[in-house]
Amino acid sequence: MKIVVIGNGMVGHKFCEKITQKLGINTARIVIFGEETLPAYDRVHLSEYFSGKTADDLFLAPAGWYVSQGITLHLGDPVHSIDRVNKTVTSLKGISETYDFLVMATGSAAFVPNIAGTDKKGVFIYRTIEDLELMKSYAPRTSRGAVIGGGLLGLEAAKALLDLGIADTSVIEFAPRLMPRQIDDKGSAVLQSKLQQLGLQVLTGKNTSAILGEDTITGLAFSDGTSLNADMLVISAGIKPRDELAAACGLETGPRGGIVVNDLLQTTDPFIYAIGECALYNNMIYGLVAPGYEMAEVAATHITETSRQDSSALKSFTGFDMSTKLKLIGVDVASFGDPFPGQGHSIVMEDSISGVYQRINVSQDGKYLLGGILIGNADAYNMLLQTCKNNMPLPANPADILLGPRNGSASAGAGVDALPDEAVICSCESITKAAICQAVTDGQETLDAVKKCTKAGTCCGGCTPMVKDLISATMKAQGKYIRNVVCEHFDYSRQELLDLIKVKSLRSFDEALDHYGHGEGCEICKPVVSSILASLWNDMILAKGNDTAQDSNDRYLANIQKGGTYSVVPRIPGGEITPEKLIIIGTIAKDYNLYTKITGGQRIDLFGAHLGDLPAIWEALIAAGFESGHAYGKALRTVKSCVGSTWCRFGLHDSVSYAIRIEERYRGLRAPHKIKSAVSGCIRECAEAQSKDFGIIATEKGWNLYVCGNGGSKPQHALLLAQDLDSETCIRYIDRFLMFYIKTADPLTRTATWLNKLEGGIEYLRNVVVNDSLGIAASLEAEMQSLVDNYKCEWKEVVESPELRKKFSHFINAPEEKDPTVKFETLRDQKKAADWK
Amino acid sequence: MSTISSTAINWFFACKTTDVPHNGGVCIKYKDEQIALFYFSRSDTWYATQNLCPHRRQMALSRGMTGTHQGEPKVACPFHKKTFSLKDGRCLTDEHECSLTVYPVRLEDDRVYIGIQSGVEVGVPVTVEAL
Repeated sequence: MKIVVIGNGMVGHKFCEKITQKLGINTARIVIFGEETLPAYDRVHLSEYFSGKTADDLFLAPAGWYVSQGITLHLGDPVHSIDRVNKTVTSLKGISETYDFLVMATGSAAFVPNIAGTDKKGVFIYRTIEDLELMKSYAPRTSRGAVIGGGLLGLEAAKALLDLGIADTSVIEFAPRLMPRQIDDKGSAVLQSKLQQLGLQVLTGKNTSAILGEDTITGLAFSDGTSLNADMLVISAGIKPRDELAAACGLETGPRGGIVVNDLLQTTDPFIYAIGECALYNNMIYGLVAPGYEMAEVAATHITETSRQDSSALKSFTGFDMSTKLKLIGVDVASFGDPFPGQGHSIVMEDSISGVYQRINVSQDGKYLLGGILIGNADAYNMLLQTCKNNMPLPANPADILLGPRNGSASAGAGVDALPDEAVICSCESITKAAICQAVTDGQETLDAVKKCTKAGTCCGGCTPMVKDLISATMKAQGKYIRNVVCEHFDYSRQELLDLIKVKSLRSFDEALDHYGHGEGCEICKPVVSSILASLWNDMILAKGNDTAQDSNDRYLANIQKGGTYSVVPRIPGGEITPEKLIIIGTIAKDYNLYTKITGGQRIDLFGAHLGDLPAIWEALIAAGFESGHAYGKALRTVKSCVGSTWCRFGLHDSVSYAIRIEERYRGLRAPHKIKSAVSGCIRECAEAQSKDFGIIATEKGWNLYVCGNGGSKPQHALLLAQDLDSETCIRYIDRFLMFYIKTADPLTRTATWLNKLEGGIEYLRNVVVNDSLGIAASLEAEMQSLVDNYKCEWKEVVESPELRKKFSHFINAPEEKDPTVKFETLRDQKKAADWK
Repeated sequence: MSTISSTAINWFFACKTTDVPHNGGVCIKYKDEQIALFYFSRSDTWYATQNLCPHRRQMALSRGMTGTHQGEPKVACPFHKKTFSLKDGRCLTDEHECSLTVYPVRLEDDRVYIGIQSGVEVGVPVTVEAL
């Protein structure tokens, strides 16, 4: 059997994957003709080409895939004619191939409206990598950009212009609002104001009448008599199916374009199929990748079955849900189900402060979800889509599904457990919940393994969080204890490994590997074991051959930064520093030409130090009384403080002195992740203690101790552990809390995440720490005291040891030379690292 | 892969065996180029690759953590933890990433030599199959 495929885009490529999978390699001869010179690439993520991805990153198949599948690929050679009588195609270069089945995956071209002047220099369309390359080479001459088209593609094109550095970019839409086909008026208004905040000009209700300029574009004229200056224009006003080849050989096409197909994707010639954006099914063109993939599946199944004369598992195309979720220029935009139903109810949440608009459409009886629109925040998209697609009943109060349960009632959405088996989780690859759960049951217990086995989450990636939830839920349902073993070299969890290393009194990574591991270790288990050793014994981390088992920042006791230089952070306990010490930091920064910046943790970071200069810089700092700030380690970072009762007219206690005491107690303490703290002198909370791993706030009667807060990407307020403590008790509780965390947390887990996973939550933790329910409080305190007693400044030890100092050179065979590839640029009178290439 | 006979390889003296930490790397200066040299003490094996991580073009691989992935020796770049095979230089965490150039290593007593194919600039990919 011989199959010819016309078109090597995403859908044409998917068809080849499917057909070789179904038939087996080399059962059929497959020949592809592609018009573009590049093999199939990911057009969905095309705009990432401007934010750093290369054509290589976007290719759908590794080099050599086609050869390995026995497929002949003719690139840069479009098919010129089809002879249906002799079942032969001929390419532009004159190659003739006969076929048993012909698959047209010719896709679409950019629709260019009939405006005078679209042939001027500086006018582009946005469709292929080649188009993007032309735009890229033109952009440096450009200061004002414009895009015609305010739909999905138009906004993608606008992002491309912003990524090319054209800050002054306007989007022009003919309709009175952006994305008229997907979202409603209010949603458009929220999206528009969000995009305007990001610097994009938006002009709606504008009909472009002419492109101005002699040979080169200088601007646009609109039918209302206004105009706009622009020296670059991208037209992205829609798509036009590529049906000219089909029409020329007499296949039926639609009045507004598209090759007519039946529900098996056959054209009016049963030996010719059309799939993807060139196909017209039920008077509709499906301009998204997921339905295109579904069409590829249906056509591949039908060809396979026809060739085997077996129609047992006949599959047909029945239209496709056009729900979609995207990030447009950093703004979430999603629509699902029916965004504009004729009847029923709507529940709308509009928050113009944070730019969020959410609307769900509910059936007349209030029981089912019909569809909706999410702008600005689409976190709920996957669950809402599933609820809608699977016709799942809504909670008694349907607003709960959008706003979450209120008034302390129980959780509204039932999560992945409630989904039916046939729920399609990954719509790009049409993978059901049942298929994912089956893969997990068959032993694919990690996200990567499930992705590899089922292909779920490999296209747009939007369903990844749901796939993860399904993996955990399935394993839990099987009664599997989800044991987080460290990596392939240690079949133990971090907590188990810590206990074993302690019992055997092991002191180095090598000993731990000899006793409890296998292989040579890796970049995952080495830092875990090193952190455990430091948490147990607090030995100098570079001693006993442990230096190469440290995470690379710990190995050089500094933070590697862009360009390969390091930053240096001396400890400034509580953020208090004398003028003399400030001057010394300034002098050292000048001597070694370092960039200086005040950190969020009330200290000073010195950037741009060559590896070889680190020991001398630290020698000078230590001579002036500084010590390591452990900014490079998973260790205690800073204890921030407000000025407290020594100066502040509201201050209740001396928060600075207490912060210094705490920072000096726990300095150098290594843990599963970094630890931050703060002390506030009154309830005004100027030190932001409730965003820290442990935070202390002065009260009339003593100190309130809060734990497990976090800033960063997932902010979480700390919870009150105990109140009105005296200074000594507060420290004892902190000892217990930190030691309990160090002994039980998984690697790289901050206290907030640790508490979220801790069964029993803050109540359980309070019982352990305050009420000593496990009877371990005394030993936790003793273990902490021994770490505190063992503290030494590790930089002081390096500075004093010629042997250790030797390890800080870039070239082992030219120790005096610095890395000659390090480059700096100047910014606001200081240096900065040269940008990534 | 092409096999390069030893006559085509120019061996240069890199450093003493004692200069290289166990289970870690150092950076070797060769003319105007940089080569990362690694020693795995458990298997007593040596590897050399370009020092430049192709991901963000940073001279950093010699400072990376070494280890194995299902028995295959590898190094993780300190910047973004992409890992590369020390056997053939391919990226193990991202099949689309460029591969590293790898170089043969030879010992004479306590002296470590790295082999450069003569006539080939350092940094230009050459795959060496048999040493």
